[in-house]
Amino acid sequence: MTFLGLDDPVVNASGTFDAIAARRAFGDALLDSFPFAAFVTKTVTVAPRDGNPAPRLYELPSGLLNSIGLPNKGLDGFLQHDLPQLAELPVPLIVNVMGNAHDEVARLVETVGAREEVTALELNVSCPNVKTGLMFGADPNEVAGLLDAVRGRTGKPLIVKLTPNCASPAAVAAAAEAHGADAVSLINTLRGMAPHPHRPGEPWLGGKTGGVSGPAVRAVALAQVSEVRGRIALPIIGMGGVQCGRHADDLLRAGADLVAVGTESFRDPLAGLRVRKELQDLRPGRSSVSR
Amino acid sequence: MSRVLAPLGRRSVSVASAERVGAYDVLACTDPDGPAPAPGQFYMLAAGARWGGGADERPFLPRAFSVMRAAAGRLEFMLENVGPGTARLGELREGDPLWLTGPFGNGFSAPRDGRRPLLVGGGVGTAPLVSWSDACAGDVAAPARPVALLGFRDAAHAAGAALLPGVRVATDDGSVGHQGPVTDLLLAELGRDAHVEVYSCGPPGMLEAVRALCAEREIPAQLALESGMACGYGACFGCVVPTREGYLRLCVDGPVLDASILDDVTHP
Repeated sequence: MTFLGLDDPVVNASGTFDAIAARRAFGDALLDSFPFAAFVTKTVTVAPRDGNPAPRLYELPSGLLNSIGLPNKGLDGFLQHDLPQLAELPVPLIVNVMGNAHDEVARLVETVGAREEVTALELNVSCPNVKTGLMFGADPNEVAGLLDAVRGRTGKPLIVKLTPNCASPAAVAAAAEAHGADAVSLINTLRGMAPHPHRPGEPWLGGKTGGVSGPAVRAVALAQVSEVRGRIALPIIGMGGVQCGRHADDLLRAGADLVAVGTESFRDPLAGLRVRKELQDLRPGRSSVSR
Repeated sequence: MSRVLAPLGRRSVSVASAERVGAYDVLACTDPDGPAPAPGQFYMLAAGARWGGGADERPFLPRAFSVMRAAAGRLEFMLENVGPGTARLGELREGDPLWLTGPFGNGFSAPRDGRRPLLVGGGVGTAPLVSWSDACAGDVAAPARPVALLGFRDAAHAAGAALLPGVRVATDDGSVGHQGPVTDLLLAELGRDAHVEVYSCGPPGMLEAVRALCAEREIPAQLALESGMACGYGACFGCVVPTREGYLRLCVDGPVLDASILDDVTHP
């Protein structure tokens, strides 16, 4: 049995699959062949966000640089419009939340955690704490303080999404473990920038910098999952550049308990299902996808 | 807006033919298991082999193309070589494998208030207008081939006008048809009969000129927009355009948008 009691160990990375939009494009066939063993939502914030100005994407050698800016309907909009639709998915729901102050995150955790449709919460800590100016996820003390403020607000599993953009993700993971997290997930995207093709010296992205994902970051993910596994005993959700069962297996062997597929879903909407089947072939008896 | 659901997942199909038409490539593929798309919808395409082996180790992501023609399990797309993705797709020949996902997005809708459809295209933006023109010409209730006005930069590109019957052409250099922007032809046409609904696709500058001209005259318009896109089905949130309703994802809320919700279609 895997973390959260999932049938098999492949989920989606937050922000790389919109199950509601996918159902508009593919219809209810999506429910019959849902690509993942659990669904992780895009980040939900207290207030609605429009997201960053265009352009938001830049194709890289073997990867993607994005600056989307976490567009979402806000907590009320999520509960009213998105959650009822997400509850129709045939898999457990993990809701990713983010706030820039302890009380904001506490409100999100308490409100979302109280909903019976929700199985677990993932904390996006790749944003600055308005009180200290430090990114929550870049500093072990920041993560410790955040967990102290929010841990008591829900009895449901709390997953901390680690950022690779810091001195020691393993030290942050150790702080998360010591302060009540139930799991960690990594890696988030690596910060990057792309040049404007026609305006030398200017950045291409509307948000100036963005996050690098895809096969280009796979080696980074493998190294960081391995290092974090050396420091903590908590379940790890490993991700970064997974395109096939072999890549998922590599992360599991490095110490991950679950694996997430992200950017590959952009190239192939059923990438998650394919990775699950390939993983089952590599590890007979461990994964139970039969479709 | 009309939308046909896509089969779930990407499918491997075969290139049925690849033809050069002036400065463009017309790529046809088989799609025996796919539905008939609505005019204005689009597909995501990637070569079945050597996708990722081009300049700068790109392309990596699939590329979005409006369907130009669809009939009996066959789809046609119009391509212009503008980067590593279109360059690789332009190399494909009959029998080569192609990854296909779609159809996606909202297509064109019938004209309102008994208006006559008027098509205005620019360059490779001709593609969705061909499928809409075919749909109008095949309309059971009132079959009629709509007037189409197309703008191109030069004679090599204007050869693309052959893809659509009975068009009037403008070129930037005057080598074919009227010398000047296609909006010159649009103004003349509106002078004859303004009870029209405009259907347009082309580069941002042209689309903005069409939008502004129609808005001033209170003429309804449906614009097929383009944006860089990673997935085509709403997952990446990368293809947004600013509208009066906030940012909209072109892949699931477009690519055809009603001009009335747009203030300006010129993207950065």
